[in-house]
Amino acid sequence: MMKRKPILRVTSKVFMPFILLFALYVQFHGDFGPGGGFQAGVIFASSFILYALIFGLHDAKMVMPSSVLEVLAALGVLLYAGVGVVSFFVGDNYLNYNSLAHDPLHGQHYGILLVELGVGVTVFAAMTLIFYTFAGRGR
Amino acid sequence: MQYNEIINPGLYNYWIVIFLMMIGFYIVIARGNLVKKLVGLNIFQTSVFVLYISMGKVVGGTAPIFGEGFEVFSNPLPHVLILTAIVVGVATTALGLSLVVRIREAYGTIEEEDIHAQEEDF
Amino acid sequence: MAVTAIVILRIKNLFTVVMLGGIYSLLSAQMFVNLDAVDVAFTEAAVGAGISTVLMLGTLALTSREEKSEKKSSRTFWLPLVVVFSTGIALIYGTLDMPDYGDPNAPVHHHVAPRYLLDSEGEVGMPNVVTSVLASYRGFDTLGETTVVFTALVGVLILLATRRRRKDNDAPTLADLEEQEDDA
Repeated sequence: MMKRKPILRVTSKVFMPFILLFALYVQFHGDFGPGGGFQAGVIFASSFILYALIFGLHDAKMVMPSSVLEVLAALGVLLYAGVGVVSFFVGDNYLNYNSLAHDPLHGQHYGILLVELGVGVTVFAAMTLIFYTFAGRGR
Repeated sequence: MQYNEIINPGLYNYWIVIFLMMIGFYIVIARGNLVKKLVGLNIFQTSVFVLYISMGKVVGGTAPIFGEGFEVFSNPLPHVLILTAIVVGVATTALGLSLVVRIREAYGTIEEEDIHAQEEDF
Repeated sequence: MAVTAIVILRIKNLFTVVMLGGIYSLLSAQMFVNLDAVDVAFTEAAVGAGISTVLMLGTLALTSREEKSEKKSSRTFWLPLVVVFSTGIALIYGTLDMPDYGDPNAPVHHHVAPRYLLDSEGEVGMPNVVTSVLASYRGFDTLGETTVVFTALVGVLILLATRRRRKDNDAPTLADLEEQEDDA
């Protein structure tokens, strides 16, 4: 596929783990600095898009099959909605995180972390899958 | 820093927004190419983002992240609204682009005039 | 930024248009940093300049790269211009009642924003107000937005992934795009 472009192949391979790490940092550091689920999902997706651009769609699908992505996209929304349902069961309003832990502040922390995770997973899966379908359409 | 009545920046932020918005609007209604229409729609969209964010700006404020030594913050509410709007915007753009791809497959062109001409032939 | 927008208006080569769209997004991200919206700038830089440019390029690979030069009849030229100018003038007339840029006494800063800024540290305990408003105070909004992203994904899959599935190896890679460039 891109046998003739060693520089692109090597640099993208070197950069991949850093992009993934940065995405995770953005995901979980969103409470303290700029960042959060939306941005982290997009950055995570962009690393896979880079991989698919350089090594071809087939290799990217070996790493992250589209069936897994379809499940992940639904799972993210479910995680978000599920956090709301859990706060129902512990006796509070929908999506009110105060009662998720004994201390309301900790409850808020858990709630926001889980909700951001749901957002991040959905956005990542959606963006990557949209790219897969566009690229896989062929001419 | 206090809000200064003398060095008043006035309303120029709204005028920038309107200028960008009208360029996007013109591309959408005057250009026949569907991809270019979507780019124009993106320009329009970004101008709306700028409108919201510039309304949230407070002179002398900083980004709404708590830290020592900062008292004045800009309004976080428009930031939240626009943050989600950007991601939703790209998702809907992807949907529009996929429609363009299907139109191309059905008609063999992405120019509005050619599509109309083919429709009239039927 | 305005210059980029005008150039986008004039240029016929769609490849250049899409690339300029990316530059336009980056410039607007810089503008958001100046306006204190770091989260928004981050998202705009990642989404607008990254993902949407890539998606547009993918569409161009599937369709054509040149915009057809249209015949300039007076109707297609003047009517949109008149519409655009009259709308613009009406909007500018509307801004005359708006509060000034950066005015701390503007109505937007007095409804719910003080609550977020003053109480969120005690109620949510997060230094980043944007995150706490996004995920906690306005959790319903964000749930809705996530669902919209998911729905858009489903729409794209319905439109593009059903018919005519090819072998994955046929997908356009960077190498194919460059070969196309060489051919052209």
